[in-house]
Parts: sequence; structure tokens; C-alpha cells
Amino acid sequence: MSDQLILSPNITGADDFYAELLATHDGLSKEDSDALNARLILVLANQIGNRAILTQALAAAALKPEV
Amino acid sequence: MNKIFEVPMYPYERHADQDASAPVRHKVIVIGAGPVGLGAAIDLAQQGIEVVVLDDNDKVSFGSRAICFAKRPLEILDRLGCGTPMVDKGVQWNVGKVFFDERPVYDFNLLPEDGHEFPAFINLQQYYFEEYMVHRVRALQAEGAPIELRGRNKVSAIGTHPDHVTIEIDTPEGSYNLEADWIIACDGAGSPMRSMLGKDFVGRVFEDNFLIADVVMEADFPTERWFWFDPPFNKGQSALLHKQPDNVWRIDLQLGWDIDKEREKRPENVIPRLKAMLGDDVEFELEWVSIYTFQCRRMEQFRHNRVLFAGDAAHQVSPFGARGANSGLQDTDNLCWKLKLVIDGTAPESLLDTYDTERIYGADENILNSSRSTDFITPKSEMSRLLRDAVLDLSEHHEFARPLVNSGRLSVPCTYDGSSLNSADALNGPARSRPGSACPDVLLGDDYLLPQLADKFTLLTIDAEAPDVIEEAGITVTRLALSVKDDKTLALKDRYLGDCDSGVYLIRPDQHVAARRPSFDENQFRAAIRRASGQE
Repeated sequence: MSDQLILSPNITGADDFYAELLATHDGLSKEDSDALNARLILVLANQIGNRAILTQALAAAALKPEV
Repeated sequence: MNKIFEVPMYPYERHADQDASAPVRHKVIVIGAGPVGLGAAIDLAQQGIEVVVLDDNDKVSFGSRAICFAKRPLEILDRLGCGTPMVDKGVQWNVGKVFFDERPVYDFNLLPEDGHEFPAFINLQQYYFEEYMVHRVRALQAEGAPIELRGRNKVSAIGTHPDHVTIEIDTPEGSYNLEADWIIACDGAGSPMRSMLGKDFVGRVFEDNFLIADVVMEADFPTERWFWFDPPFNKGQSALLHKQPDNVWRIDLQLGWDIDKEREKRPENVIPRLKAMLGDDVEFELEWVSIYTFQCRRMEQFRHNRVLFAGDAAHQVSPFGARGANSGLQDTDNLCWKLKLVIDGTAPESLLDTYDTERIYGADENILNSSRSTDFITPKSEMSRLLRDAVLDLSEHHEFARPLVNSGRLSVPCTYDGSSLNSADALNGPARSRPGSACPDVLLGDDYLLPQLADKFTLLTIDAEAPDVIEEAGITVTRLALSVKDDKTLALKDRYLGDCDSGVYLIRPDQHVAARRPSFDENQFRAAIRRASGQE
């Protein structure tokens, strides 16, 4: 497995995914949406598993310049 | 009836030193008769080193205080001759349950590995712990060992010199002076010794208060550690329930920062909180109540020439993970054999600098772990609470989130990776017994391994040849010859050889591995002995 975070397009059906992400939040209060996002981060992080990639993902999300 | 911690165990008695015309010089003076100070003194006395313990009090710990004692400290206490009574009296537990709000979300089992003489953990009130150690001091005295315990002897001043230390001591009958070749300061988190020497103690303050209550009750709760995040009876905070001997239960309730401590400690305020937790129909009696705050910090150096700091005086952690008293006992375990070699003139004083480096390494590991637990238990920002709650919610449904739940990472011994006393690992063996590790115990027939290592340098050979005794640079190393053929459980092979067919281990007096190789090589092991004793 590569130790490199994928930063090129990698989601098949990107628009579908984005719509599904929004739909999951439909009707939720701000508080419940925030909680859902937090759970989602943890679920996805577990799927990635690789510590090096997670560190790169944290940096990418923080909009840090690429090293 | 008086409680055990209300009766003087070592009342003040006038000593001839107080009437001496000039200050009497002692080999080692230990300041503080808590678990760490008594551990140091017993260790030294067992090795024939003259030691005096001074304490400003004359009783064991007031209240239960430290209650969780882990396997490694129990192994150390066994070497000090008081592990068995503690285990016999203590409550053994393996299961921990985690609750979030009203729901049990997760439980864990420490699943202790077979072939260890001591359990993963026992719960025992610190006052019993200290009582058994004082009994051990008395037993050593009866055997003629050079150990003394002086109650109500409070150190009021200290003077340091290149080759000794002078101290002034206040007693109920006035003050007197003593000299010591070495001082071990085990006088607790608020260490007056540290202040008198003007030494730093820096780290992180956690703005939180915890109510600890010891409650005597006949309750049906199982012998488990129960931890609540945000329970209905203590909204927005945390709570802990843990069983001690004699039907005493430890209850910890997080209270938050802006509270009136004196008010919160009053029984009329404590009792309603406990009733909310336990239910109105549970009969209980309060044995002891305290409120604590905590900090995670350490001294920059534990050795200040001839004054050596150990335990809470040197480093302080949050209580989550039981890393306070447990790590203090590992301090003195690390220190005493080194001090013995230096006092005997076998090793140079610089060996004591490795006490500093090895135990600072241990303290930093404990501070890291306990700070992380604290950050999980008491989130400091809205986002850290959101993520914490997300972990707890997920842990109820999905196994993956459970390792992220952190209600305390329980104390395990530190491996001194990178210590200057280690020789390079030359055996392709299990990581758990690499140089720097505390030796894992093994049951060999009817006997356990660790007591056979005792408190001397040992050459452990497993299906390998070696001389029965090696003398090198003033150190006598005795061989302990074992074979995996004699161990049907295969634990010896599993813990010390892995895939290798043979192994030779050099083991330090504190039962940590100094070197290992597949076979005996005289030059290599002689070098390893010099290295492990700070002579190379």
C-alpha cells in the first residue's frame, strides 16, 4: 500500500457522493450535524488506517502548504 | 475504633544523634516515608547499606489515596519482601466498563497473560500498602539490617557540599543536624526538599477538580472498574467507581474548575452527590473525602549531585492510569542498585546520571499517557468534546472506535530504549524482552523466574553454554541456566527466544535486560557488564 495521500480526483460519481453527503445532514440541527461529521471523520480515518497518510490528510485539511 | 491511618505507626522517639556533639554522618538519608521512600529504604537496607528514613508525620497515608498497584511494582515489592501480603489483602480486577450518559458502551478485560506470579492490578488502600512496608522495615530491623525510621522529623534546611549533604531537622524536642553521603528525596508532589534547593517543577496545569470519596458499603457491584463519561448523576463531567478491600469503594467525581473546595468537601454536600450516583436505598458510610486538582510536570533533572529525587517529588501525573505511585516504585528500583555500586566504589558516580536519563524517559512516557487520558476525559474545547463524544457513540456500535476510548492507559513498565547501559540487541528475539525491557515473568515448574533473578546481575542462558560465574570490573554475574524443554507452557520460548533456538541475556539487578545474544561470547558479555554498570 502506498504511503502517499491521494490528492487527485479519486471518487467515482463525485456529484452523487456529494449529494449523498448533504442528504445525510438533511433535517439535522447544527449540533447533530457537527456530531455526525465528527463520527464520519473517525469512520473514514479507521478505513485509511495508515498513520502516515492520516498525518498527510490532517495537513491537507488544514490547508498547509505541501512539503 | 480508630482508623489505621489515625494511629501513629512510627511515633517520635528521641535518638542519640540528637545529643551528639557534632552532626552524625549517615550513608543514605531518605526524606519521606511514603511508598516510594519506604521502597528506597528497604531496597538499600536489604543490600546492606545503612539508611535513615525521616518523615514529618508518624502515620501511614491519611485516607486511601493511591489505590491501584500494577504488576511491575508488585514484582518489585516482592523483591523487597512485601508483595505477597499486598496481593493477599488487595482486590484483584480485570474487567473495566465504560458508560456514556446512561448507556454501557464498552467493556475491556485486561486478560492477564498466564505464567506471571503477580496479577495485572490490585486495588489496595495506600495506608495498607504503607503499613505492610513499615512491617517489612520492622522485620529487617529485627534481623539487624541497618535501617531506621524516624517519625516527626521534619527537614527544615539543607546544605549541599561536593561530597556530602547537611540537613537541619525539626522535632517535637527541638532541632538537630545530620550529614549524609547521599539523600533520596521522596517527599511528595509538594516536595519541600525541591523548594529548599530552589529547583524547577514545570509542566501543565489542568484546571479541574475531582472529588474523591471512600465509601464503606455492602454493595452488589461487581469487582470491576466502572467509568462514566457524562453520566446523568454528574452531567457534563465524569465519574469512577472502584472496589477496595474491606467493602470500601472509591468514587471519583469530576467537579469542574470554578468550585468552592471547602464547601464541596462537607458531608452535607458530598452525600447527595453519592446518593444520586448509588441510589437512595444504598446504605453507606463516608470513610474519607478529598478534593484534588492535578498537574503533569517533572523536574528538569532528578539528580542534583548528592540529592536524588524520586516519585511525586520528581514528577507528577494525572491519576488516570495509576502512573503515580507505580512509577515512583520503578524510580527507586532503578536507583538503588546503582547507588549501591557507587557507594561500594565499584561504579563511577556517573552511573547515577543514568538514573536521571532512564527515569526521565519513564516520567515523560507517563506524563504523555496521562495527559492524553486527561484530555479525553475532560475535553478542553468544544471540538475536543465533539470528537470525544463521537468516539464514545461509535464505540457502542463499532469495535474500531474502542481503542480510541481513553479512560486511563494503565501503568506498564517503561522500556529504556536507547539507554547508555544497554548493549546493542544481537538476538533476533521478541521485542518485549529487548535490551532496556523489564524481564517478563515465566512460571518454570513450581517456581517463577523473577524471584530467581533477585537483585543481582544475572546471566540467563536458555539452551546455551556459559560459565557459572563471571567476574568483571568488580561485578559478579551469576548464571541461571534454563531450557525451553523444561517449560511445557512454551512461555519461556515465547517471551525470550521467539524463533531463535537459544539465547543469553545479561540482566541488571532491577530485572531489566542489559544485553542479549544467541550464544555466550566472552568479550561481548564482559563489555556488556562494564557498560551496564556505567564503567564503559
